[in-house]
Amino acid sequence: MRDVAVISFVQSAVARDFEHNEVEMLVPTLHAAIAESGIAKNDLGFVCSGSLDYLQGGPFAFVSGLDAVGCWPPMRESHVEMDSAWALYEAWVAIQTGEVDSALVYGFGKSSPGDLHEMMTLQYDPYYVAPLWPSMVDVAALQARAYLEASGRDEEEFAEVAARAQRNGRSNPYAVRAGDVSAKDVLAQPRTHDPLRDADIAPITDGTAAVVLAAGDLARSVCERPAWIRGIEHRIEAHGLGVRDLATSESTKLAATAAGVANGRVDIAELHAQFSHEELMLAEALGLNGSTTINPSGGPLASNPVMSAGLIRIGEVARRITSGDAQRGVAHATSGPCLQQNLVCVLEGDS
Amino acid sequence: MAGNRVGVVGIGQTHHRAARKDVSMAGLVREAAIEALEDAGMTWSDIDAVVIGKAPDMFEGVAMPELYLADALGAVGKPMMRVHTAGSVGGSTSIVAAKLVAAGIHERVLTVAYEKQSESNATWGLSVPMPFAAPLVAGAGGYFAPLIRAYMYRSGAPRHIGHLVAVKDRLAALRNPKAHLHLPDIDLKTVEESFLLWDPLRYLDVCPSSDGAMAMVMGSEKVADASEGSVAWIHGMAMRSEPTMFARRDQINPQAGKDCAKDVYAQAGITNPRDDFDCAEVYVPFSWYEPMWLENLGFCAEGDGWKLTEAGATAPTGDIPWNPSGGVLSSNPIGASGMVRFGEAAQQVRRRAGDYQVELKTGKALGHAYGGGSQFFSMWVVGSEKPA
Repeated sequence: MRDVAVISFVQSAVARDFEHNEVEMLVPTLHAAIAESGIAKNDLGFVCSGSLDYLQGGPFAFVSGLDAVGCWPPMRESHVEMDSAWALYEAWVAIQTGEVDSALVYGFGKSSPGDLHEMMTLQYDPYYVAPLWPSMVDVAALQARAYLEASGRDEEEFAEVAARAQRNGRSNPYAVRAGDVSAKDVLAQPRTHDPLRDADIAPITDGTAAVVLAAGDLARSVCERPAWIRGIEHRIEAHGLGVRDLATSESTKLAATAAGVANGRVDIAELHAQFSHEELMLAEALGLNGSTTINPSGGPLASNPVMSAGLIRIGEVARRITSGDAQRGVAHATSGPCLQQNLVCVLEGDS
Repeated sequence: MAGNRVGVVGIGQTHHRAARKDVSMAGLVREAAIEALEDAGMTWSDIDAVVIGKAPDMFEGVAMPELYLADALGAVGKPMMRVHTAGSVGGSTSIVAAKLVAAGIHERVLTVAYEKQSESNATWGLSVPMPFAAPLVAGAGGYFAPLIRAYMYRSGAPRHIGHLVAVKDRLAALRNPKAHLHLPDIDLKTVEESFLLWDPLRYLDVCPSSDGAMAMVMGSEKVADASEGSVAWIHGMAMRSEPTMFARRDQINPQAGKDCAKDVYAQAGITNPRDDFDCAEVYVPFSWYEPMWLENLGFCAEGDGWKLTEAGATAPTGDIPWNPSGGVLSSNPIGASGMVRFGEAAQQVRRRAGDYQVELKTGKALGHAYGGGSQFFSMWVVGSEKPA
């Protein structure tokens, strides 16, 4: 495998962007990421994005998104209808073939204009599940309950996760929900989706993210301390909730083993947990222990721009490695109801 | 081509129809996937990863359907990706799958593309009014017809050229049992007399709306060498995109298409496509796109595409058959149509094209797909022999 690193990362997020459409939101993010990379736009080997038509409410969200790049002369370009962490995976594969040495990866989406939780119902089996119309929070609550019963954990531990996310969010300029919140404050909230409370559920966020990847010597020439991708793997599990063990994340375990999470100390982990219980489940599945700082950014419970939130996890780990605050970290991204599909990326700085 | 050698070792496709009411979406993709696995002499457990592609989710009303289809495609516990690059998606999906093998990450990758157009209406699914944007409300035909008129003006092509393609591809489809349209009585007069949709496109100049799926199994050199069936080796693959709208953009002969062809030809050692290919499977959803793409892909000089069509050069009996399978004009499961082109090109060089097999001289064929407003392109060159 070629050495590939994250050499720049830029994000944007607000609770509700009334002023800009997706393209207008993307332009500053993309061009800041390209400028930060030190590679000229037209020297970038590949462009890949992740977006979701149903967020935009029209077909081809990525088509207008691409207008923000300004890919002229024509560029090698692709798109996944998945969180942009998978766009990063596709770009990493393109670099592995040797065809290109660098790539721009981005994600974008506005959750605020529609009803995200209802809209995600369209992800279910269209014949047997979608007609029942359970929202994404409804099925997450089912998983939370299954996890509580199987793990022996309690709602206080959920509340601790939720409160820490908001406290960590205070140092994250892109957090849309942050504050000096305690577990007790969270527990004082009513359950909206038993056993989940508002603070256990990721806030609605509009936002974008962009990463530039570069291989080997190119990465070293433009970045003082590249965040090298030491392993990147993803796995999917069954869609039918009835055929899965909802109390554990099998696909995260498989991806973590394949990516080599356990091959070294994990200083930080950024987990794409859209609900408090998911963070606990994912930390278990990844085999993380008390020595790992989890979601120092506050994670998706502080800021959750859908389709970018997974890529942001990779960016948040990478920027802490580049700054020297961390040596080795794990980023996680998810897709689908109840953590159906999971991606694990191990990043490391030069020692 | 960059990376390790990759061979297509199995291909399967559904019977394309206006409405496949006999199968669910899962049943549709499985039909193609199982045929591809059987062709490859493999079972689900042999597959390392699955890459699925389709055009907009709004065509069926399922968001990110790879999640729902994971079980049906045997992907549980494996990596699965979903590609969406507009009409070029079938081609891009094939390329993403092949790159997983070229990069040395996997040995055997299953790739599937599909569309079940009968679940909705693609023309209006393409034209959802968006806030603060000028409504197009044209569908694909309404978008492309003005570009075709501009091509006619630019090249001086006579009006019957498109109709010739409409007849040629439908007659070719009579030899393809899986094609959606079988119109044995079609001739120039029937096309000319079919009703006008978007000038100059008449009803029979236009592709049908189909339900269908296409699947391929990509193998590493080791897997392909051990394969009992014939192999289509990938000699080159490329993708290019350009912005949708800007003042200098030539929408009739797009730069991204030219650049993509140049790249893929260079990888595969193609210097004169008309001589160096035995056939081409090219995305021609509206009849006039045959002459337009003949020029864009360098099969002739600019302005001469219609002359090749008129002379019969692109007919199954011509010197460079285009779309011997019947093409998109005969079957159009949109998200799969690009992969059908890539797969049909592969079947030709595997000598597996049945009654529409062309004569192999160079043993190389071109697969092509485009999408959006002609700003997204994906192409590959496949050959009977291993690339050098």
